[in-house]
Amino acid sequence: MAATEIDVKYVAHLARLTLSPEEEQKIGAQLGNILGYIEKLRELDVSEVQPTAHAVPLINVMRPDEVRPSLPTEEALRNAPAKANGLFLVPKIVE
Amino acid sequence: MEYETVIGLETHVQLKTKSKMWCGCANEFGAPPNTNVCPVCLGMPGVLPVANEEGLRLTTLTGYLLNCSVPRFAKFDRKNYFYPDAPKNYQITQYDKPSTVSGYVDFEFNGGISRVRITRAHLEEDVGKNFHFDRNSGVDFNRAGVPLLEIVSEPDITSADMAYEYLNALKDILIYGGVSDCDMEKGMVRCDVNVSVRPVGQKELGAKIEIKNMNSFSGVRKALEYEIPRQIAVVSKGGKLSQETRRWDDVAGITETMRTKEQAHDYRYFPEPDLMPFEPTEAWLEDVSKRVVELPLARKQRFMSAYQLPASDAQTFVWDVPLGTYFEQAVTGAKNPKAVANWVINNLRAKLAETQTALADTKVKPSSIPELVALVDSGKISGKIAQDVFAEMFATGEAPAKIVEAKGLAQVSDTGAIEKLCDEAIAANSKTVEDYKSGKVAALNSLKGQVMKLSKGKANPALVGEILEKKLKS
Repeated sequence: MAATEIDVKYVAHLARLTLSPEEEQKIGAQLGNILGYIEKLRELDVSEVQPTAHAVPLINVMRPDEVRPSLPTEEALRNAPAKANGLFLVPKIVE
Repeated sequence: MEYETVIGLETHVQLKTKSKMWCGCANEFGAPPNTNVCPVCLGMPGVLPVANEEGLRLTTLTGYLLNCSVPRFAKFDRKNYFYPDAPKNYQITQYDKPSTVSGYVDFEFNGGISRVRITRAHLEEDVGKNFHFDRNSGVDFNRAGVPLLEIVSEPDITSADMAYEYLNALKDILIYGGVSDCDMEKGMVRCDVNVSVRPVGQKELGAKIEIKNMNSFSGVRKALEYEIPRQIAVVSKGGKLSQETRRWDDVAGITETMRTKEQAHDYRYFPEPDLMPFEPTEAWLEDVSKRVVELPLARKQRFMSAYQLPASDAQTFVWDVPLGTYFEQAVTGAKNPKAVANWVINNLRAKLAETQTALADTKVKPSSIPELVALVDSGKISGKIAQDVFAEMFATGEAPAKIVEAKGLAQVSDTGAIEKLCDEAIAANSKTVEDYKSGKVAALNSLKGQVMKLSKGKANPALVGEILEKKLKS
């Protein structure tokens, strides 16, 4: 099975992953295999099948506009690596 | 060479719901940080969003207000990117199947009516708010998950002023429709601008520059007033612009490069597997369409044509909807709509403000206003007495005719009675009479005032003038 061409560096950057050259090699090959496996689906004739946005045949799932209790701030921040004054602290945002 | 400007706007507006779009946390401005948050809007693993029906209704309603068509199938997608204010690392939005498409906004501009076409208005979610400190940043997720409408215009805008007027018209429509409070101070409206320039007559568009970070409509105008000449200067010197995103620096009053095309985001949109498609039924749409209101411009034009009001009066009734509704009740069947408008705008509104009374609580019945106008127009009472009658109407809610009768305020047009008062005034003001006779025409007004005073304001002023003049000349 021919490994599908894939820009591992770019994909890793989109996922904010730092990969060593060895890992790029290894993961690139694995991703290629996965995509190659998915390619198998092309063998299926879907010309008669309507495209769908969802596998479950459900539509219009809604809730009424009612306020429900939120989490206590302390609880909301419990897993935060850093916090101060009720805020989640993150590395300085620069853009 | 002459250049023309092509501008398109993406306007983000928070919808006026009680709760957030995908969870039951309050949609509320100004709460202490991270108090309106839950596992759903914090993007914790294993949670599922459920669509707020009112958010979908307000989206559809906006579509109707902006003359859009509302497709019978809409779905949600994930827009993937990493940023600390996006807790899920994606934003739920509508990519290829938005809730509303192809509309337009008409608005007054340059003495005429301009139209900007709307590409689409789609529903998405707001993100958290960042606070920047010296060493790090802080994030408050109270705003994350608040329903946000992105209204995308076609590139129909040709100047900074036109962009400004379009935004104001859009805001008025959304406030009118009850879709959003559009409070700029609270960040309820935010705007991105796409702007390019090209030589007049050229078909292809110039390089599209996006400007971000404008938090007021005047900021948008200022940014464009800076950016348009900048682009023209580059191009006219033979330079080349390339597609980029620029940031507006409000303090410095300039735009600066934020990222170029090469650094553009790759959002990898894909269908949101956690949300089902939305296929509104006929009955559901019918229900929403009942909430469609008359738009500000249409209302203004109607008030001008139906009641022959000047633009300024009509505009007053556009800004103050309850006052306009009151006027419409008052003006039914009235012969003199302009006078009715004057009383409502100049007197009623002033009295309400003075006494800090809400219009809904006023004792003055709408039908009393045209009655009062008719009393003045028929000469039954003078304009000055009408003011006193109105004050009484405002205090008691009594009908004007009754007040005039009970207080004996009817204008005296009885020549005999007025002649007597004139004689009295002439006798008591010999100096003024001398002045008049020696050529001081203004002295007549003083005498007229004396007669009116003697009549307690009830004498017919025109008649008083006539009789005085006759007497003095004889």
